[in-house]
Amino acid sequence: MLKIVNTEWKLFLREPSMVVFAVLFPAILLLVLGAIPALRTPDPNFDNQRFIDAFMSSLVVTALAFLGLNKLPATVATYREKGVLRRFSTTPVHPARLLVAQVLVNLIAGVISIVLLMVVGRAVFDIDLPHHPLWFLVTFLLGMLSLSAIGLLVAAWAPNARSAGGWATVVFMLVMFFGGVYLPRFLLPDFLNVIGAYLPPGVEALQQSWLGAAPDPVHLGVLALVTVAAGTVAAKSFRWE
Amino acid sequence: MAIIEVVDLVKTYDRKVAVDGVSFTVDEGEIFGILGPNGAGKTTTVECVEGLRSPDGGTIRVDGLDPRRDRAELRTRLGVQLQQSELPDRIRVGEALDLYASFYRDPADWRELLARLGLADRAKTEYRKLSGGQKQRVSIALALIGKPKIAVLDELTTGLDPQARRDTWSLVEQVRDAGVTVVLVTHFMEEAERLCDRIAVIDAGRLVAVDSPAGLVSRVDGEQRVRFRPTAPLDVKLLEELPEVSNVEQHGPQLVVTGTGNLLHAVTSVLARNQIVAADLRIEQAGLDDAFIRLTGRALTE
Ligand SMILES: Nc1ncnc2c1ncn2[C@@H]1O[C@H](COP(=O)(O)OP(=O)(O)OP(=O)(O)O)[C@@H](O)[C@H]1O
Ligand SMILES: [Mg+2]
Repeated sequence: MLKIVNTEWKLFLREPSMVVFAVLFPAILLLVLGAIPALRTPDPNFDNQRFIDAFMSSLVVTALAFLGLNKLPATVATYREKGVLRRFSTTPVHPARLLVAQVLVNLIAGVISIVLLMVVGRAVFDIDLPHHPLWFLVTFLLGMLSLSAIGLLVAAWAPNARSAGGWATVVFMLVMFFGGVYLPRFLLPDFLNVIGAYLPPGVEALQQSWLGAAPDPVHLGVLALVTVAAGTVAAKSFRWE
Repeated sequence: MAIIEVVDLVKTYDRKVAVDGVSFTVDEGEIFGILGPNGAGKTTTVECVEGLRSPDGGTIRVDGLDPRRDRAELRTRLGVQLQQSELPDRIRVGEALDLYASFYRDPADWRELLARLGLADRAKTEYRKLSGGQKQRVSIALALIGKPKIAVLDELTTGLDPQARRDTWSLVEQVRDAGVTVVLVTHFMEEAERLCDRIAVIDAGRLVAVDSPAGLVSRVDGEQRVRFRPTAPLDVKLLEELPEVSNVEQHGPQLVVTGTGNLLHAVTSVLARNQIVAADLRIEQAGLDDAFIRLTGRALTE
């Protein structure tokens, strides 16, 4: 299993666009936004927080969405289309291991991406590290797993790699929208934010474990539920060829 | 002794019968060929043997195992080269072999395997940068990496140039000499004739014959083929009507007439009567090609 993860990790590093978007992009976006003075000045309308403080959780969402809803379904659907999964099933190792390896590689990439984001935020803009590191870790894991489960569901249902890419993009845009990436969450109407709080990867819970109180266990429960439900359906309906 | 037994195998895809009651046995240590035209059901047959597809009817035993029930155990004894299967674009040849070797308890030395397949200098090359023939050889290497007792090779040499094809044939012979039973699915008559101890001819999902190459040819002994280019258009019916003629085929400007008895005389008489001259005339004895045409009623398209 370690060897599969190791090989898949090397393959990930050989795709420059993947590395840039999944690992470097959130930190780069933070640097770009932080370069605009208004966005790093405390805003009295906004609890005296700076825009960039409030935006950190949305940057985490970009990394998770990219890994779970872009890279994962694209890779898995391509592996199926090219017969990589099928070749695995001729060996003593079940091809499901390859999917698990993909999720593990994404977890590692996600951790690196977010640590980088924290380091840049702290060093350049003096942004606090998560106030509740444990809760943040739990939320991150649940967020990643719930998006991965949805990504695998897309890969399971899409007839080929092209439509997997198309369907995944739609979900990706929705997740990014509700995650406050396109429009900051304080500009979104309340009811959208309430919906967004329950949707993977749990932007509200990320935000609260970062800057506020502990996250709402109901939000985390919903993430866990989505993970189990989407994961089960994906596993049951997955086509290996 | 039979190492593979297939009895009355039936496999249907959405009402289309792909394999229709095929039975054969493969003996331990032989190279067993499965020959047939496109869509005959060759791949479907071997995929049932490999346990990748579940048959709709019939029974299969492979080395004493049921391919569906005893999948896990079968995978350790069976090496498979799929007809269509690629690797991730950016994986290096050496990495792929190293990875697949780690799946088996007692794998072959992959460096040695690469060297035997003439890929020693490609170990660091990414899969997407290989030529078609090199990809094919990597695929063969992956089928052999687990030191299988049985190797099933589907369309082994499709896409290889003649030299690479011959090299691959001697590799298959080496594999057999090392004691591995080989099941070889092929389109190529020459390949079947050169390598196989016995051949199953499959056509439209049915088994037409199982025999040694010589045995198959002996079924059409005495058959001959006359090839020529008529200098003027000729109604092929005139030839088909002859009692000596069993088949007439047009290949571009060339006519190929198959038949028995005094075939040459019969054909040239018709031509003379119609004032047509046979240019580039050649006469050949029947081979496996002809046996195939006789058995299936058509030529194997290559
Ligand atoms: N997955 C599938 N779903 C539906 N029909 C299939 C499937 N696979 C094969 N068939 C059909 O079953 C028949 C037998 O196919 P098969 O691949 O076994 O033939 P083959 O002898 O291997 O042909 P080729 O020489 O082209 O590889 C064909 O008519 C094919 O169209
Ligand atoms: Mg085939």
